[in-house]
Amino acid sequence: MTQLALVIDLNVCVGCHACVTSCKEWNTSGTAGFMSDYNPYEKDPTGTFFNRVQTFEVGEYPNTQTVHFPKSCLHCEEPPCVPVCPTGASYKREEDGIVLVDYDKCIGCKYCSWACPYGARELDESQKVMKKCTLCVDRIYDEALPEEERKPACVLACPTSARLFGDVNDPDSNVSEQIRDNGGYQLMPEWGTKPANHYLPRRKTNITIHHDELKRVDNPLNKERKLPMPDENDQTLDDISSW
Amino acid sequence: MHPAFSVIFLTTLIGVGQGLFLALYTGQLYSVIKVLPAQDASSFYGYGSLLALVFLAAGLVASFFHLGHPERAWRSAAKWKTSWLSREVIVLPAFMVTTFIYAMIHISGWNPVLFALSDDFIVDLSLLVGALNTALAFALFICTAMIYACIKFLQEWATPLTVVNYTLLGMASGFALSTAFAAYVESDIIHFYGGWAIILTVFAFITRSAALIRNTKIKYKSNLSTAIGIRHTKITQKAQGSMGGSFNTREYFHGAKPLFFKSIKWVFLVLVFAVPVVLLSGALASNMFVLFALAFIVQYVGLIAERWFFFAQANHPQNLYYQTI
Repeated sequence: MTQLALVIDLNVCVGCHACVTSCKEWNTSGTAGFMSDYNPYEKDPTGTFFNRVQTFEVGEYPNTQTVHFPKSCLHCEEPPCVPVCPTGASYKREEDGIVLVDYDKCIGCKYCSWACPYGARELDESQKVMKKCTLCVDRIYDEALPEEERKPACVLACPTSARLFGDVNDPDSNVSEQIRDNGGYQLMPEWGTKPANHYLPRRKTNITIHHDELKRVDNPLNKERKLPMPDENDQTLDDISSW
Repeated sequence: MHPAFSVIFLTTLIGVGQGLFLALYTGQLYSVIKVLPAQDASSFYGYGSLLALVFLAAGLVASFFHLGHPERAWRSAAKWKTSWLSREVIVLPAFMVTTFIYAMIHISGWNPVLFALSDDFIVDLSLLVGALNTALAFALFICTAMIYACIKFLQEWATPLTVVNYTLLGMASGFALSTAFAAYVESDIIHFYGGWAIILTVFAFITRSAALIRNTKIKYKSNLSTAIGIRHTKITQKAQGSMGGSFNTREYFHGAKPLFFKSIKWVFLVLVFAVPVVLLSGALASNMFVLFALAFIVQYVGLIAERWFFFAQANHPQNLYYQTI
């Protein structure tokens, strides 16, 4: 069964918010209606977003790491927000695992937002219905778009390719490989929600250099300087041409 | 969580309505088995049930203020197989309709005898409808409380004590109202209702205190490390993804000052439990209607504070993503 999801690489996310603005631009212009803003140019701007980037500082100076953390609906495989919905407006699609809200059925009771441990849902103050990431469902199947653009807006906008999109249930997909090879993990696994979205951790690239790799054993200078001839039994890299 | 007054009024008002009906039906049942003297069917059971209906209707009206689209509220009966909220939406109107039928049977006097279990135990229509409605009353307590108790990561709510407390607090306030009602119509079973109002209030005090004590000892399963998946003891948040707040910063935080939050707990402990027990005891000794009425009113005001605290105390794991509010 297909489960579309995002894989977010915290190792390369630079916290530029391009995914946030791109998401808002695409989805506020969509057929489902705008995402309302209040006081956008004034003191306390607020509004509906499907995706937000938060920033955390891990560790204590000078040993700190700044982690930019994009957060949107994780399209859980066991979404706790779906069974609690009294109207069936909140549902998970069988065919691709996307969790969606039917804005025409939603009564705006906010119960699903209480039942989401991640705070991924936001009530639109203007339309009075619950909104959340749709994984750009109106875009990824749009055959009017060139095939390489049939991806969520946030994925296309990311300048560092920190956001990957694909089927996490297909073991050969790029996202599955990334999760396997780079330690992809889920948020709050303790609640059994099985989020489809995964995060790739910060990782350092280390190489191990042993001492004998720093000292060249068959250094020709040994010969040129007429240093004492090495013992016959000493190891050299070119063991085959012994003295 | 941010306490919504619509939900506070919904849960407390229907609790009173359910408790009042249960009190009236208990009175009728006991009169059938000759434990209590029978009351006038129309003026006591009939109009008493209509009074319960007034509270239930007021609660229902309050609930509509919680909805973004109240005109679509009918849709919420759809998912009763999975959603406790949907179940409540079905059981509440069913309970109201049956309460109305129960009231009308008593007021109209059309109350045919259906069958007799023994020579002394004669079951008429009102008794049967009342039994059905009693089941609905308890089902409604369960549905209302399970809406909160079923969310397992809201650890303050996810306990059987939530169901017990909603039931006992609703019954205590309903019996307190039934005592005032019995005093108003100068019934001879005031002491029965008053006694049970005190007993239920004491039981509710025990279970609500148990929940309060339990909640002080909660070990939260989620922390910032599991929330963002980085194992470190020192993580500080530098940006929350919004400048002027968002739905996430408004809906999940009670926003009250710490002192206010703490004092509400003591306010409701005094108003829901201590004062009504003293007033009811005094009223039962003096038989003054004003004291009975005051006991109910004080307890109801206390219940508003109790429900506010119930919501405000719940600590949603999404708050981990919003470290400074």
